[in-house]
Amino acid sequence: MAVLVLADHDGSAVTQPTRSAVAAASKLGDVTVLVLGPRAAAESATKVAGVAKVLHTEDALYTNGLAEPLAALLVSMASEYSHLLAPASAAGKNVMPRVAALLDVQVISDIAGVVDADTFVRPIYAGNALATVKSADPKKVITVRAASFDPAAAEGGSAAVEAAPKGEDPGLSSFLGAEIVKSERPELTAAKIVISGGRAMGSSENFHIIESVADKLGAAVGASRAAVDAGYAPNDHQVGQTGKIVAPELYIAVGISGAIQHLAGMKDSKVIVAINKDEEAPIFSVADYGLVGDLFKVMPEFEAELAKK
Amino acid sequence: MPARGAGGNINSTQETAEAMKLLVPVKRVVDYNVKVRVKADGTGVETANVKMSMNPFDEIAVEEAVRLKEKGAATEIIAVSAGPTACQEQIRTALAMGADRGILIEHDGILEPLAVAKLLKAVIAKESPDLVILGKQAIDDDMNATGQMLAALLGWPQGTYASKVEPADGGIKVTREVDGGLERLQLKLPAIVTTDLRLNEPRYASLPNIMKARKKPIETLKPADLGVDVSPRLTVLKVEEPPKRQAGKKVGSVQELVEKLRNEAKVI
Ligand SMILES: Cc1cc2nc3c(=O)[nH]c(=O)nc-3n(C[C@H](O)[C@H](O)[C@H](O)COP(=O)(O)OP(=O)(O)OC[C@H]3O[C@@H](n4cnc5c(N)ncnc54)[C@H](O)[C@@H]3O)c2cc1C
Ligand SMILES: Nc1ncnc2c1ncn2[C@@H]1O[C@H](COP(=O)(O)O)[C@@H](O)[C@H]1O
Repeated sequence: MAVLVLADHDGSAVTQPTRSAVAAASKLGDVTVLVLGPRAAAESATKVAGVAKVLHTEDALYTNGLAEPLAALLVSMASEYSHLLAPASAAGKNVMPRVAALLDVQVISDIAGVVDADTFVRPIYAGNALATVKSADPKKVITVRAASFDPAAAEGGSAAVEAAPKGEDPGLSSFLGAEIVKSERPELTAAKIVISGGRAMGSSENFHIIESVADKLGAAVGASRAAVDAGYAPNDHQVGQTGKIVAPELYIAVGISGAIQHLAGMKDSKVIVAINKDEEAPIFSVADYGLVGDLFKVMPEFEAELAKK
Repeated sequence: MPARGAGGNINSTQETAEAMKLLVPVKRVVDYNVKVRVKADGTGVETANVKMSMNPFDEIAVEEAVRLKEKGAATEIIAVSAGPTACQEQIRTALAMGADRGILIEHDGILEPLAVAKLLKAVIAKESPDLVILGKQAIDDDMNATGQMLAALLGWPQGTYASKVEPADGGIKVTREVDGGLERLQLKLPAIVTTDLRLNEPRYASLPNIMKARKKPIETLKPADLGVDVSPRLTVLKVEEPPKRQAGKKVGSVQELVEKLRNEAKVI
């Protein structure tokens, strides 16, 4: 039986975490991708390696990702698929448990591995343990931890686009508006380099120190919970157990102590750098390269050194 | 307030007609400060003699409920926990923070989000709350699912990852933390909300309130009383420690750091 992947997109292309979900789905069967939005996003999905079919609609009912109509649509399509997957993004985590409950199955959240069609690995306790779970449900509803699956290639596929079915509108909620910050920088969960600031940054003005180094490196910007709570960085920058999970080639933690909740979001990075004035800070226990020092002295030097070739 | 689904409310006076009845599910979990250890036999994590607490997101949920009541937007707050007898402690904490009464759904053994949602649905059928506020995620199973599953079973709208909740236009307005920023939704009542970290800062219960909480009632039920089958759908085959990361080296200067990143790690 085929498997269905609900895509996230930015209006013109499906996201990298979506391609990671496609990679996970490819281990389970022929992949159909559902794209709700502009035609261009659906076209991008047709090219993703391993995608057999793309279902597409521009129905305005789904423009704002409201969970109730979206879940109703997925449930109406579910009989044709053995597995329904979505990236474990804010959107995927919002809708997939709703879909699962409507199908009377237990959702399998945030999988980090596929063992077989019924068996999956998922982190628990802030990634301090990995559980291998086998589902007895007839249909699996899954969200996929993007950092754990190499994304399917953006090019190489040649799937056909068909019209997605029309779903019902339960009419329970309405969209009032959003403040979405469009950044020129790479997306946190897709970036090759991430540089994050913690409470030690002290203010949102000081946080520019992180941003300007990020621009030198072509990096995405992240933050600890403490930095977000204090208003130095926006909420969607939070890296950790309850924020974004990242696994870039290089992660640089600046003025971050390394609480388990933060480590949960970045400890699978390939190379970790920690800059902290406290040589006892727990972040150093996971860092490949540690630099003990005052960030306000170190960061300008770091930026200057990067400028030298 | 619009007519409600399960049960309906029999409010007569003008004041109470506008105020909501609130239900707050609270989960007993290993305290967030504990570094958990995987059991040697690979069946789970060590929970014997480990500090247990209310799930931090549920403290935020209780706090939000108490604030709604203090503002006059809510009439009554019921704290519900499903699990072993010891969950009474977490219900008492909720009562000390300002919840009015508690319900313990006693069950030893695994309760998955689907089962918890079914239990909560059965309680909701009896209590008819207008708004249920849950945590977005339990920090033990990290499922991030129960609120959405409960909303589905009830056919109610959901406002997950809330950083602001305001009664508005006969329903509620919820500001949500999403990828890229924030969004605002209007939900009809009854509704489900799940809390994110920035919704509020939970209070500590004062000693007098802890004393008062001892007198507040806690009703005890069993899954069978509610007619709910709580059999797990997932079998845990094994639980392992993730690969350990080795601490690397300290570098002496920024120059050395950049040199290493360029020539040794080759990541910039
Ligand atoms: C339910 C729950 C969920 C959570 N989820 C997350 C999450 O997803 N992500 C997350 O990050 N946290 C999360 N936390 C919070 C976590 O427990 C920590 O409180 C948080 O990560 C601390 O942030 P921090 O390291 O920036 O601040 P601190 O712990 O205060 O550390 C600041 C560090 O900066 C260093 N420093 C100070 N001044 C300087 C200077 N001038 N130069 C260099 N270094 C300096 C200090 O030595 C210290 O190590 C969560 C907590 C709970 C309870
Ligand atoms: N056993 C339980 N008893 C009461 N509430 C629960 C229980 N399990 C989950 N919840 C609620 O559901 C939220 C999300 O949990 P989860 O879906 O397990 O991540 C928690 O923050 C609680 O509000």
